[in-house]
Amino acid sequence: MPNLLDPPLKGGVQAAYQASLNAGNFLIQQCIHCKLHVFFPREFCPHCSQPGLVWVKPSGEGVVYAVTTVRRKAEMGGDYNVSLVDLAEGVRMMSQVENVPLGSVEIGLRVQARVTVRDGQGLLVFDAVEQQWALV
Amino acid sequence: MSASLRQLRGSAAIAGIATFGSGEAPGFTDMEILAQSALAAVADAGLKMSDIDGLCTASVAASMWTMPVIEYLGIRPTFINGTMLGGSSFVAHLLPAMLALQSGQCKAVLVCYGSAQRSAQFGRKEVAGVRKFLDPQPYENPYNPMLPVSAYALVASRHMHEFGTTRRQLAEVAVAARGWARMNPEAFMREPLSIEDVMNARMVSDPLSVRDCCLVTDGGGAYVLVSAERARDLPKKPVYVLGTGTAVWNRQVSSMHDLTTSAAKDSGRAAYEMAGMAAKDIDLVQLYDAFTINTLMFLEDLGFCKKGEGGAFVENGGIAPSGHLPVNTNGGGLSCTHPGMYGIFTVIEAVRQLRGVCGERQIPAANTAIAHGNGGTFSSQSTAILGTENVL
Repeated sequence: MPNLLDPPLKGGVQAAYQASLNAGNFLIQQCIHCKLHVFFPREFCPHCSQPGLVWVKPSGEGVVYAVTTVRRKAEMGGDYNVSLVDLAEGVRMMSQVENVPLGSVEIGLRVQARVTVRDGQGLLVFDAVEQQWALV
Repeated sequence: MSASLRQLRGSAAIAGIATFGSGEAPGFTDMEILAQSALAAVADAGLKMSDIDGLCTASVAASMWTMPVIEYLGIRPTFINGTMLGGSSFVAHLLPAMLALQSGQCKAVLVCYGSAQRSAQFGRKEVAGVRKFLDPQPYENPYNPMLPVSAYALVASRHMHEFGTTRRQLAEVAVAARGWARMNPEAFMREPLSIEDVMNARMVSDPLSVRDCCLVTDGGGAYVLVSAERARDLPKKPVYVLGTGTAVWNRQVSSMHDLTTSAAKDSGRAAYEMAGMAAKDIDLVQLYDAFTINTLMFLEDLGFCKKGEGGAFVENGGIAPSGHLPVNTNGGGLSCTHPGMYGIFTVIEAVRQLRGVCGERQIPAANTAIAHGNGGTFSSQSTAILGTENVL
């Protein structure tokens, strides 16, 4: 199967994932055999153990699965959100929900992926989709 | 489970135990604390260090830790196991040690640990910084979760969401641990603690406050495992290993399949099968309580209550002294000691209870105990069922 979304750099999948983020693209993997999506990036499918993972562009739609506010002194930058987000494609990842106040990031909140740049590297974060909670 | 694993039931016994430097041991190194613990455990077993021909140990910092430990202790073991699964390691060491004893590979296994984590100059912050390079979690590190606490906080948030578990119920766990610690002269924190104290304490990673988190102490512990036959000829009352199992499903919390079920379900099942027992047969429980949510999860995953009912189980002092199940009778990692990895102390307290030497906090007529270790961020789980001669 041709992989039209092959990221430009050679090497392992971790470098490829980061390179695509650095170029502003969020890609996850899908197994050509069992069709399941995979995150974090692997060299072979953790579901069916076959090689044959290709990069696909996910919808970016997600739902907050778990949430914490990490407390940090104001002079160190203050408190921040860390969430686990379930993507519509059935994979889970750690990330941050950025566009709403800390206390309003709740489990079930619908969020949308966005690629940002932090410390010179592309990074995937999420924004709340206003006023939408999923039943989870 | 294979028949030969079941035949291991009761084949080995813990003949010696010791702790050293519990709480604060300023001026000591990890190795010195380990060595003092090891020597005292060997003496407690009625043996000499030269009798030790099996060695199990692990270190948070040193990846080749078995070698300097062997060198320091001056032994030449024929069985060496450096399995490193985080805090559960020293429970996980039991099964390979039992197999080594049964095969005749060795005759006396020393399992030992020491940490000067609280007093050390090169502290947790430096270790956390180095770990990002030596042991990367590239898909979590960029979001700066305060590990390990944020991982446990995420689990707690999900447990609260799915089952209606409350912060007050989490606080019950910390208050119960303190209740036991108040009866343990070795415990580091022994002043009274109330539900309100826990709930009003400084938040670290919501919903966990600093009083939902384990201590940061120095300390070491060691135990000696020999064949059941040999243990009967040694001075201390033998505590037999009836069943044990270890399970790992993931490392990162973001890779946990279901945040409210840990691999303790599998490690517990293996231990129960080997022992031919169920939760109802267990007199007391030592659970690795790195955070208050751990105790709820392990009570559920090890079958002491149904999934989601851990909060109700611990309410109204359910696991405190005079509650319906004695849990973490030394005060646990929350109030007794937590020198980086706590697993070995679950074994040591279980043995002390089954020997009947716990004084004010002694559980009467205790014949069976669970020692359960946890490692990483709900990542590795090791369960051991220990018992006296009465339940062999």
